[in-house]
Amino acid sequence: MASIDISNIQKSYGIMPVLQGIDLEIQDGEFVVLVGPSGCGKSTLLRMIAGLEHVTDGEIRIDGRRVNELAPKDRDIAMVFQSYALYPHMSVAKNMSYSLRLRKVASDKIATIIAGAATKLGLGPLMERRPKALSGGQRQRVAMGRAIVREPKAFLFDEPLSNLDARLREQMRAEIKKLHKDLGATSIYVTHDQIEAMTLADRIVAMHGGSIQQVGRPLDLYDRPANLFVAGFIGSPGMNFFEGRVSVVGERSSLTLADGIVLPLPAATALQSGERATLGIRPEHVVLEPAAAGDIRARIDLIEPTGFGMILHLTLGTVSFKAFTLNRAYLQAGGDIGVRFPAEHSHLFDKDGQALNRP
Amino acid sequence: MALHAGGPDTYQGGHHGDRRPFRQRLADASAPYLYSAPALILIVTVMLVPLILGISYAFRDIQLLNPFSGGFIGLEHFKTLSQDQNFYRAFRNTLWWTGASVSLQFVFGLILALLLDKPFWGRAIVQALVFLPWAVPSFLAGLNWAWLFNPVVGPLPHWLFAMGIMAEPTNILSDPQLAMWGPIIANVWWGIPFFAITLLAALQAIPRDLYEAASIDGAGPVRRFLSITLPFLAPTIAITVLLRTVWVSNFADLIIVMTNGGPADRTQIVASYIFTQAFKRLDFGYASAIALVLLGLLIVYSMLIVVLRQWLLNKD
Amino acid sequence: MTAKRIFGILAHRLAILGYLVFALFPLYWLVKVSVTPNKLLYSEGVRLWPSRMSLEHFAFVLKHSDFPIFFKNSLIVSGSTAIIVTVFASTAGYALSRFNFRGKYWIVALMLLTQMFPLVMLVAPIFKILSPLGLTNSLTGLVIVYTAFNVPFATFLMQSFFDGIPKDLEEAAMIDGATQFVAFRQIILPLTLPGIAATLGFVFTAAWSELLFSLMLISGNQAATFPVGLLSFVSKFSVDFGQMMAAGVMALVPACLFFLLIQRYLVQGLTAGAVKG
Repeated sequence: MASIDISNIQKSYGIMPVLQGIDLEIQDGEFVVLVGPSGCGKSTLLRMIAGLEHVTDGEIRIDGRRVNELAPKDRDIAMVFQSYALYPHMSVAKNMSYSLRLRKVASDKIATIIAGAATKLGLGPLMERRPKALSGGQRQRVAMGRAIVREPKAFLFDEPLSNLDARLREQMRAEIKKLHKDLGATSIYVTHDQIEAMTLADRIVAMHGGSIQQVGRPLDLYDRPANLFVAGFIGSPGMNFFEGRVSVVGERSSLTLADGIVLPLPAATALQSGERATLGIRPEHVVLEPAAAGDIRARIDLIEPTGFGMILHLTLGTVSFKAFTLNRAYLQAGGDIGVRFPAEHSHLFDKDGQALNRP
Repeated sequence: MALHAGGPDTYQGGHHGDRRPFRQRLADASAPYLYSAPALILIVTVMLVPLILGISYAFRDIQLLNPFSGGFIGLEHFKTLSQDQNFYRAFRNTLWWTGASVSLQFVFGLILALLLDKPFWGRAIVQALVFLPWAVPSFLAGLNWAWLFNPVVGPLPHWLFAMGIMAEPTNILSDPQLAMWGPIIANVWWGIPFFAITLLAALQAIPRDLYEAASIDGAGPVRRFLSITLPFLAPTIAITVLLRTVWVSNFADLIIVMTNGGPADRTQIVASYIFTQAFKRLDFGYASAIALVLLGLLIVYSMLIVVLRQWLLNKD
Repeated sequence: MTAKRIFGILAHRLAILGYLVFALFPLYWLVKVSVTPNKLLYSEGVRLWPSRMSLEHFAFVLKHSDFPIFFKNSLIVSGSTAIIVTVFASTAGYALSRFNFRGKYWIVALMLLTQMFPLVMLVAPIFKILSPLGLTNSLTGLVIVYTAFNVPFATFLMQSFFDGIPKDLEEAAMIDGATQFVAFRQIILPLTLPGIAATLGFVFTAAWSELLFSLMLISGNQAATFPVGLLSFVSKFSVDFGQMMAAGVMALVPACLFFLLIQRYLVQGLTAGAVKG
């Protein structure tokens, strides 16, 4: 097990910058998830840690030792690929033992290790099969098995669940989490799925456009997103945003939207009258009231029942937004409803998209 | 196969983050060149250099048996060539040989591909057997057909006679009017598999649900062929026919084996004419001049095709 | 509807049968004449199978002719060409498939060019170059020429096979602890074996069939390949049809064996060839 220190990492292909100055310290035994939309540089960062891409500038240290110039095989890390990358001409057992055989581990010892991993992953009866005779979930397990038999310094996961169907993905997600609990190994996990990030991570690293947007515990990112990007990326359905101009009258401040609708803002803000700002509120935090009672009235465009609750597609003036409710009260598309945005769940962002600290 | 250590991806050396030793960086950067060097050296020395040399021969008097030859004679060969009736006949023969061979190969190849595209019992073995002619060495294909046309051992003249097509069982290869049909038939026999294989691969790449959708929309088999199969095959057909045309026009093996250009030069094509000049008369200069003209014609042909393609693309 | 369907199936099978007969009859006739005794050759000219079979022609060709030498020469030339081309094409194809490097575009362009111009253009210059080097009338000269002619197509073929192997596998092996060479040998090479077999087969058949350059470069019987030997035999003894066809059957056998070997990869290989060369 090991810590991984990344300092001021840069990567460019020709003149195209892909990563611009990444700093990240990963503790021994920590499970860190790199999350972001495709093209944000998360996979490139992971592949640089693995040694599959060269570092343009900056330094990567594993256990305090600079590894920039080390070949992948000398870094003592294991990786699970999105495609699983199982060797098609080898049986499951041969796939899992390949790294041990390359390291010239004694064959009786290999047998013990492989048997142990097979039991742990429930692969016992499949050991002599070829990868093409396995289902997607089984292949995924073999890929994990190949990684754990080595007891490496760190595990790297490159979108390992994205080729599985939804149900299997949930199941494997839980297994990965359990495995990490058992082994306590330093893990770096790349995904574009924010639910995987939320459920698996000790710490999430949200990335966008080649730089880190926010690092923190999952609930920190949910509760206190640092900027509009993180706010919109974490959470599903995504956060609603209302853009407008601030007006401050005495103790009270409010936001005037483009079509003249006025929304009250949390009492104390650092914003001056006339500044542009964005108010954010998660659908699950929108409070719904009978049309007559609410001070803001929205129209219901569409109702999507999810079984667990209902997603309402609403319009306020010309702005569309969503609300989530557990209440199965009889609502009808086309009707009006009152909405309230509680101050304790409101997020405010300045004109550059940075979050303003709530008091 | 000598492989050296080094990552398979592109290196952008020279940055401060890159502290690999100089020797390793050199090895990494030169790896792809080392891998391709043997192939490249061979191609350059055995193909590119002779090609350039051959072009220079076209302007020199080079006769193998004449030790005083070798001088630069400018456009002399081309003047001779412009009055060479044999060359013009060979050119006309080339058009006839190429046009007939390629169109027949294509039509029968397409039909075969369509037949094999339907599943039926024993398809794998049938496919292997009908593609077998492709594996027969071209000289043997030529000899084989020459024998079949030979009334002494071959059945074809007798059958044609029995059916009343021929007045008497003679060898069509020695009949100046019909001789060209001999190599053409051999060429069609030998070339059908190539078209069938290529078109079959293209056919199998057409998504099946397109046909189902068309059936649901009420399209009959002919309609489906015209509105789905043909448009999907069109790019493959175009490129295969073009490349094959160039290839067949240069393909002299069958003619040299079956008729050697005879009778009375009725089957001489430009490629076999070049070979005859070089091989029999050992007049390398004149042979190279004809070859250069042939190359020019092929380039013109390819340009025409490119222009035509552009025009068709722009029209849409 | 049913009658129409049955008629369609019948027409389909008949058409297939027609193609089968057209494809196989010439080869069948070759074999038939080669086993017909001389006495029956003319009296039973168009019979589909002779009333008596004999292997006398094969025996004669093997014992009293130079065909065993031609056969051996052709085996040496085609075998060496196939092996050398496959080695060169594997490394070059690997480079084209896995690396991005300056000059790659020009290498591909050069290889495409060699597929476009008529090889008959090279007959005279190659003879002039090889002659002072003592490489005419030699099997080595033929191997060099055939290797160069076949390398471009074989390179594209091998490249398409390497392209079919995901890069992930190499990377996984390198993370598992392999050097790039070990990854190539233990992961990539075993997966490319079918491709290597196909390339060997293609090149062997091409070299086995080549006629023009071998006619031009070889004059004596000692270095003659099978096509040259057979052609000179035909012009010298043009009445011994049985023996000629026996020799023809012998020339056919290795080509057919290789065909059966590579048959599965034919579609893939020829498509790559049709698109690229």
